[in-house]
Amino acid sequence: MDHRPQAWGRPRDDIYGAYDASYLHSNGPKQATQAPIVTGTSVIALKFKDGVVIAADNLASYGSLARFTDVKRLRNFAGTSVIGFGGDVSDMQYLDRHLEDLAIDEAYDTPEPSDATAQGHLNAANLHKYLRNLMYSRRNDFNPLWNQILIAGLDSESKPYLASVDLRGTTFTAPSLATGFGAALATPIMRRYAETDEEASKLSREEAVDVIRECMKVLFYRDARSMDKYSLAVVTKDGVEISETEQLEKQSWAFADRIKGYGTQTV
Amino acid sequence: MFRNNYDNDPVTFSPQGRIFQVEYAAEAVKQGSVVVGIASKTHAVLVALKRNAEELSSYQKKLFPIDEHVGIAIAGLTSDARVLSNFMKQQCLSHRLTFGRDMPLRNLVDLIGEKAQMNTQHMGKRPYGVGLLVAGVDDRGGPHLFEFQPSGMTEEMVAFAIGARSQMARTYLEKNLESFADCGKEELIRHGLKALKESLVQDRELTVENTSVAVVGVEVKDGKRKVEPFKVHDGQEVSAWIEGAADDKEGDEEGSAPAAAAGAMDVDA
Repeated sequence: MDHRPQAWGRPRDDIYGAYDASYLHSNGPKQATQAPIVTGTSVIALKFKDGVVIAADNLASYGSLARFTDVKRLRNFAGTSVIGFGGDVSDMQYLDRHLEDLAIDEAYDTPEPSDATAQGHLNAANLHKYLRNLMYSRRNDFNPLWNQILIAGLDSESKPYLASVDLRGTTFTAPSLATGFGAALATPIMRRYAETDEEASKLSREEAVDVIRECMKVLFYRDARSMDKYSLAVVTKDGVEISETEQLEKQSWAFADRIKGYGTQTV
Repeated sequence: MFRNNYDNDPVTFSPQGRIFQVEYAAEAVKQGSVVVGIASKTHAVLVALKRNAEELSSYQKKLFPIDEHVGIAIAGLTSDARVLSNFMKQQCLSHRLTFGRDMPLRNLVDLIGEKAQMNTQHMGKRPYGVGLLVAGVDDRGGPHLFEFQPSGMTEEMVAFAIGARSQMARTYLEKNLESFADCGKEELIRHGLKALKESLVQDRELTVENTSVAVVGVEVKDGKRKVEPFKVHDGQEVSAWIEGAADDKEGDEEGSAPAAAAGAMDVDA
């Protein structure tokens, strides 16, 4: 019996034949991430009069398997901004640690207590620019962080700020933004309420939260990688409020029995 | 013949616990002509006395913009200052590029502090032979003034002066310390020039040729910050300020007229 550590956990040669280790040292080029593994689906966000509402469900899928059902995909940055992550969950966790380091460094430089208007801190616009540079430089290394990210908060003039950055370093801003499936399903709904910044500046907080909840419901109906438990955050100049235990209410599946061709029905 | 055995490099302590190379570098700062900096709640100003190597040459610049919101005054080896200035410019630019904001002053000053300290602890290196006053604004409490020394020491100041005969200017600043916080731009410049005049050698005067003034400011109006970018004023631009500082009588203790100095010898070139 081979007791060397190299052989630990491997099938015994005397029973299964020589171990095929060829996959361990392929001669091909180095390969970085080719596809995300454990993924989060849509993140949606909408600006309103005094800030931004952002939401994402608490599911991390392994392919089509609903693998982890308590994953928090909204992150509070320094009490001033919220970052929502879609895409690969391990890359999200890497970014989370990275941003925590950044926030700690910032806190050492400016030790005063922080709220969203506290000057001298990185605001959402600064953070967006930083993440943009980070994501773009990673894609230039052909080793992207496989995420779509929404950054919600306030800019240097304390106006609501919402922007996105993705694994290619593409960025844009809009009164409402959504990643993943939400880009197709939630964006049209949100645009009915806030197509322009001017319209968004007339929305109240309650209205904006209602729109977001409605969008989360539509996403749960139509997105097979979604879940009915979600997180919802509101960023205003008073700071960040994150609720990580939201539950979709007043669902109506009446339309469902008219859907044919996906399940086990034979009709 | 007396010879100091402990000043050959910056890594060796003398038995008295001194590092001579660093002290010599501090001495180089005192050879440079004087620069004064003051910060109030809204502005930070730097004023400097420029020197010309000879009658026929131009005057050596003393004030340099680093970024929109920050600039420096130098005393000591100009070439060393240029290295630090280029470094600071690059750091400010890269911070602007990564975060899209003005680099906080404390971060910037810490960077050159660390850079300078490295040179005091490595065999075969030499400390920078220049001291700086770093003036600027950021969104961490508005205007700031920092002192930088070749030892790597950096410290935030309300007002300060470095360079030749700067003690006279510091005495003036100490006397008027309380009034600076609420000064506007013009008052601050006047204080700066008056402090500068204190450290002039007899028979010397501030002229449009030998005086530089730089101002940076910030205004906060209903939550919005408006930065008045760092700007260096030379030549005719400073003539009104020089006159303003000369005409003023209230601050002068006694009428130390130029006539009184007639018999005095020139102490410094």
